[in-house]
Amino acid sequence: MSLLELKNVSKIYGELKALDNVSLHVDQGEWVAIMGPSGSGKSTMMNIIGCMDKPSQGEVLLDGVDISKESSRHLTDIRRDKIGLVFQQFHMVNYLTAVENVMVSQYYHSMPDEEEALEALGRVGLRERARHLPSQLSGGEQQRVCVARALINHPELILADEPTGNLDEANENIVLDLFAQLHREGTTLIVVTHDPEVADAAQRTIVLEHGRVAREVINENFGK
Amino acid sequence: MNIFSLAFKNLTRKGRRTAVLILLTAFLSLAVFGGSVMILSLQSGLNSLEARLGADIILVPSQAQSKVSFQNMFLQGTTGAFYMDASALDKVMEVEGVEKAAPQTFLASLKADCCSIRIQVIGIDPEKDFTVQPWIARSLSRELGDMDVAVGCKVEADVGEIIRIYDMRCKVVARLEPTGTGLDTAVYCSMETMAELLRAAEEKGVSHKIESGDDVISAVYVKVRDGYDIDTVNSRLNGHIRKATAVRTRSMITGVSDSLAGVSRTITVLIAAVWVLAFIILLLSFALIVRERAREFAVFRLAGASVSMLGSMVMLESALCGLAGGLAGTGAAALVLFPFSRLIENALNLPYLMPGLTQVLLLGVLTVVLSVAVSALSSTMAAYRLSRVNPGTALREGN
Repeated sequence: MSLLELKNVSKIYGELKALDNVSLHVDQGEWVAIMGPSGSGKSTMMNIIGCMDKPSQGEVLLDGVDISKESSRHLTDIRRDKIGLVFQQFHMVNYLTAVENVMVSQYYHSMPDEEEALEALGRVGLRERARHLPSQLSGGEQQRVCVARALINHPELILADEPTGNLDEANENIVLDLFAQLHREGTTLIVVTHDPEVADAAQRTIVLEHGRVAREVINENFGK
Repeated sequence: MNIFSLAFKNLTRKGRRTAVLILLTAFLSLAVFGGSVMILSLQSGLNSLEARLGADIILVPSQAQSKVSFQNMFLQGTTGAFYMDASALDKVMEVEGVEKAAPQTFLASLKADCCSIRIQVIGIDPEKDFTVQPWIARSLSRELGDMDVAVGCKVEADVGEIIRIYDMRCKVVARLEPTGTGLDTAVYCSMETMAELLRAAEEKGVSHKIESGDDVISAVYVKVRDGYDIDTVNSRLNGHIRKATAVRTRSMITGVSDSLAGVSRTITVLIAAVWVLAFIILLLSFALIVRERAREFAVFRLAGASVSMLGSMVMLESALCGLAGGLAGTGAAALVLFPFSRLIENALNLPYLMPGLTQVLLLGVLTVVLSVAVSALSSTMAAYRLSRVNPGTALREGN
């Protein structure tokens, strides 16, 4: 069953077509990697799927709802209810502790629950670091907090933009293990990456070039 | 976790930025509270002076104005004495349009062994007096007896104490409420006591005698009957009584009133300038802060915060700064104004009477409310700009 479907989506900035008539679908529970060189349209696609931007043309169906037609207010609601975001630069609120950063997502979603937030941090192996500020955490630890923040509201889709781009190998493996675990639990994952090793961890890789889907690669070894 | 705790955490963990905002609003509140208290004090000082003078016209000996400045007598408590024949009082009562007339006799004590303190002594006739007596009555339930004196609040003598004036022992029976004028530095007694004091002064070589004899007064305070024009009655008095001059009390304090209006205007302009300047600085500060926090707000937006939620948070943070700054500024102004009111009064050289506690508290509350409102208002522009920022773009720019 399709969770996300892009139909002939284009994003045009003046003369530039950042996305050019892109069509793709992502099934519920699927783990998809999006690769491509700089300027290929990865970030534009991520912004559109993440309800942070709207396409110039085409339809984007998320869970059956065409989000290309929604108001920015409604897009905020959709993003809050259905999507968990993870970024390369972590983007933690620097005056809040690790657990408070996780609770912020709960607060804007429904109701903050510290015990549940601590459990989410426990899941990424950081319960004992819950009271630390971002400045007191390593890059890998910050990214794991961001994963905990993304999954705290049980989103249907985790959208990650270069999630391992700033991590060492050990932390990269921890994050990928977490994604694998979320995938096993049925969460849909879309990971934008430059790193072929990260892409290899996904079921399917979509390669973008010049704003178009150049090819799709099915990972035959997935799960083996 | 809620909007208050988020705002509070941001403010407490961004201490330097918060301190600057609080300092700015404290400066605003200090200016508005301090300035307002000063304007009110000057206004109530002038009202008090008018009430204490209480008369429409004052008749004094013709040479009096060359001897002493009335304004200085009433404002600074400069001592001075001048005399005319007591029969002037009867002549005043003969003039059409005069409703009441009350005599006063002045005597300046000496800075010498015979006198405890250098003061202006004012003799009144409690039966006729309508200016000082109501004021004395608020502190003393009976009339002033023989050798009794009531002292102004700035005279250094307590009730029950004996003070010496020309070696005469006078008992302090009342301490009067402050007026914020030179009247606070004077001592009041009955005409009988004044006669004793004049005799004692004469013995010490201080002469008050005039051609017509010993029965003297210094001034007659005149209340004009309703329906009569004060200027007309003033002219009639000047025409009817020789060697005396009738002066309208309003003209006596016109200089004071003008100075007060000038000082009030200057303070008001200063307050307005401080507010406009600080409001602009606050606007710029919040604009810069929102720019600096664009990535943080983008994170909140991506976590599901609506634009209005973030706008509320920004306004709440600024309102909290306004509250803290308002309290600090008002407190700081109070710490300067109240203990040093005497110094301020001396420096201004104008009637200065601090408003009552209720009025001060009300003014303090209003200042804090204003500080909160202005802080919140100055952040609305920033909150609006915030609503225009795309969170995805803000994060990319942050990178």
